[in-house]
Amino acid sequence: MTEPRRAPETPTMEMTSNKEVLRRIEYTGDMLLNMGPQHPSTHGVINFLVQTDGEVMKRAIPEVGYLHRSIEKIGERCTYNGFMPYTDRVDYIAAMFANQGWAMAVERLLGLQVPRRAEFCRVIACELNRISSHLISVGTMAMDIGAVTPFPYALREREFINDLLEELCGARLTYNYLRIGGVAFDLPSGYEDKVSTFLDHFEKILDEFNRLITYNEIFIKRLAHLAPIPAQMAIDYCLVGPNLRASGMSFDVRKALPYSVYPDFEFDVPVGKGEVGTPGDAWDRFWCRVEEMRQSCRILRQALAQLPKDTAIMGKVPRKIKIPEGTEAYSRIESARGDMQYYVVAGPGENAHRVKIRTGSFTAMGIIDALSRGLMIADLVALIASLDVVAPEIDR
Amino acid sequence: MSKHYAQDVGQVVTTRTSFIDDIINLARKSSIFYLLFGLACCGIELMQTGGPRADIDRFGSVPRATPRQSDLMIVAGTLTYKMAERCKLLYEQMAEPKYVISMGSCASCGGLFQLAYSVCKGVDKIVPVDIYVPGCPPRPEALTEGLLRVQDKIVRERWFHGRREIGRRDGGLGIDYKVTA
Amino acid sequence: MTPEQIHSALAAKFGESVGALQPPNKDPWVEVKAPALREVCAFLKSDPELHFDCLMNLSTVDWPKKNQIHVVYHLFSYEKRHAFVLKVLLDRAAPALASVEPVWKSADWLEREQYDLMGVQFDGHPDLRRIMLPDDWVGHPLRKDYAEQADYHHISTTRESPLDGFVRLDEMTKRAAAAAAEEKTKSAPPAAAPTTQAAAATGAETPAPKTELPQ
Repeated sequence: MTEPRRAPETPTMEMTSNKEVLRRIEYTGDMLLNMGPQHPSTHGVINFLVQTDGEVMKRAIPEVGYLHRSIEKIGERCTYNGFMPYTDRVDYIAAMFANQGWAMAVERLLGLQVPRRAEFCRVIACELNRISSHLISVGTMAMDIGAVTPFPYALREREFINDLLEELCGARLTYNYLRIGGVAFDLPSGYEDKVSTFLDHFEKILDEFNRLITYNEIFIKRLAHLAPIPAQMAIDYCLVGPNLRASGMSFDVRKALPYSVYPDFEFDVPVGKGEVGTPGDAWDRFWCRVEEMRQSCRILRQALAQLPKDTAIMGKVPRKIKIPEGTEAYSRIESARGDMQYYVVAGPGENAHRVKIRTGSFTAMGIIDALSRGLMIADLVALIASLDVVAPEIDR
Repeated sequence: MSKHYAQDVGQVVTTRTSFIDDIINLARKSSIFYLLFGLACCGIELMQTGGPRADIDRFGSVPRATPRQSDLMIVAGTLTYKMAERCKLLYEQMAEPKYVISMGSCASCGGLFQLAYSVCKGVDKIVPVDIYVPGCPPRPEALTEGLLRVQDKIVRERWFHGRREIGRRDGGLGIDYKVTA
Repeated sequence: MTPEQIHSALAAKFGESVGALQPPNKDPWVEVKAPALREVCAFLKSDPELHFDCLMNLSTVDWPKKNQIHVVYHLFSYEKRHAFVLKVLLDRAAPALASVEPVWKSADWLEREQYDLMGVQFDGHPDLRRIMLPDDWVGHPLRKDYAEQADYHHISTTRESPLDGFVRLDEMTKRAAAAAAEEKTKSAPPAAAPTTQAAAATGAETPAPKTELPQ
């Protein structure tokens, strides 16, 4: 016969007075919590050390480096062409831009001219990739704050773009499409029609997406006035891309420092105006991305219309790329996550001496500590999502 | 419960244990909850596998955000040394029986990042792996195939039948039964 | 403003501390002496003509041949839309310079990254600790002479080749033949001269007796 289990005896709490209870509450102090690295809404493996008082955060300190894959060191060991697949992995959601940054940096080292048709292929591939990247961004942002429906919608559209890009270069995610001096493959036959069919379909979907989520009353209430970043602060912390533009700073590398064939196209730079809240708040960042998708559609239509008829897709690239040691090049492109910069120093042999990749997500993470003070914990998730950080772009 | 029924159940338990195994395994294989453990590039393909087109939900697999509710850990992406210990912790938090799919070449052997100083060359150095899915990153179809392989593995497992032969009374599910054989 | 104008403005203000504008090797740059760095940066930011409001990139380059580490600052002005490059040349043994975090906030993480990967000490940085690698990591991996550790927390850093245990088929037959020959000589009646000949004929794969190992 066993005795039933009993809880160990604890002294019963005596409610002597309200004052006593209050003293106990004060005594609890702050909590220090780990959010991540395995967390469904931190967008990859990022850790946040959150100091909270109840639901209100006093501070959130980002701890990164869980996906540090030493890509910069590998760049010193690979040949210039051999490093191209690694650049895909710098930003896997928008791999085409990382390819383009590297290709442009080495082309500057060599003083190469890229054929015009290859530039058009690049622009078409990049703008398609920008749409697919922003779809992931806006979809996950909606999901992170509780609206699950837009995410499968976004993924569905993304699958169409994946099909298009797969037809172009054979890969769904890590494209390795660009080459130094050109592109790997020409557009397949009938590609222009397929892209324009997709654009006709997608522009309607964008309107539907706006009705569904962007101008949704609940969504606006949730995100308006949340963590606004003034333009001066954004520049000081070196925010780039849609995050900077949402703060009211009209700066797009494609317009300000034109590269490739972007000067041939007409498009607008969406700038956050605080339409529903404070300028530079989380809703503005979301809206900037949605608008950029529309502008990408415009660019794509123009690029398809102006596509040159000649067939050269590769410039005159030497078989073995050798560059005098110590030569430097710097390339800036407008990636989906903003101003992406490659700093390359040529080495003695066929490989680089130093590769440094400055990415938008890295500096965007730096601002979270300053922005998080006084926010709610649930708002931290919205803030991370609105900055659209991608873990490998932070850590490389 | 009627006496008649209890007899039937008793008979099935004692004589048709492999049949019960099949039923248990059918239930288990049709509800594999996988841990959302997207580490790197493969994590996006993992998301799209759960997305509208590949729709891994057809096979009864849905993502869970916590290891304590999941049966399957899909290690999707590059595992760095900084993350390796967290990965082991997550594996240990999962309830038995648990399975691991190593998705992509980075998780399987380091893959593209063999030259890297900070990348763990294969997740099997940290946790035992059941299925390796090759690819960089694997397509959703490949991951679905990997999931079906896990299901095959689950179907072959024996809870009653095999253990009766080695003479154990407790069938692993806390049910006592008579050893008749 | 062109780089020449920016350089002349800097040279007029700081004189010796700012080097000559280097031959435009694609991108022109200017060397700044380490002690004057913070003043130069503060001037570049605050001067209304220059107004470099953004530190875009901070990178370091290791040059073991020159025994130097170069710290490279890429500056940009959103208002004036011009860019400029500063370089600080440091000794490779103990690279240290003043932090520019008080001037540009973006330098906070950029400097931490370079401290972690290259081991450059930024004096006056509020929170200088490793960012990418774990705290107990040994060494700074972007240095050219960095040697990888054999293991990290008992996780070996190399992947064993799955082909390690495998032997080619012709190699196996050769070894089997050698083993058979050895067996034969052992079972045969002792005769000194033929044994050594047989051993020599089987080739290098035959394990030599211990006494015959090279000294």
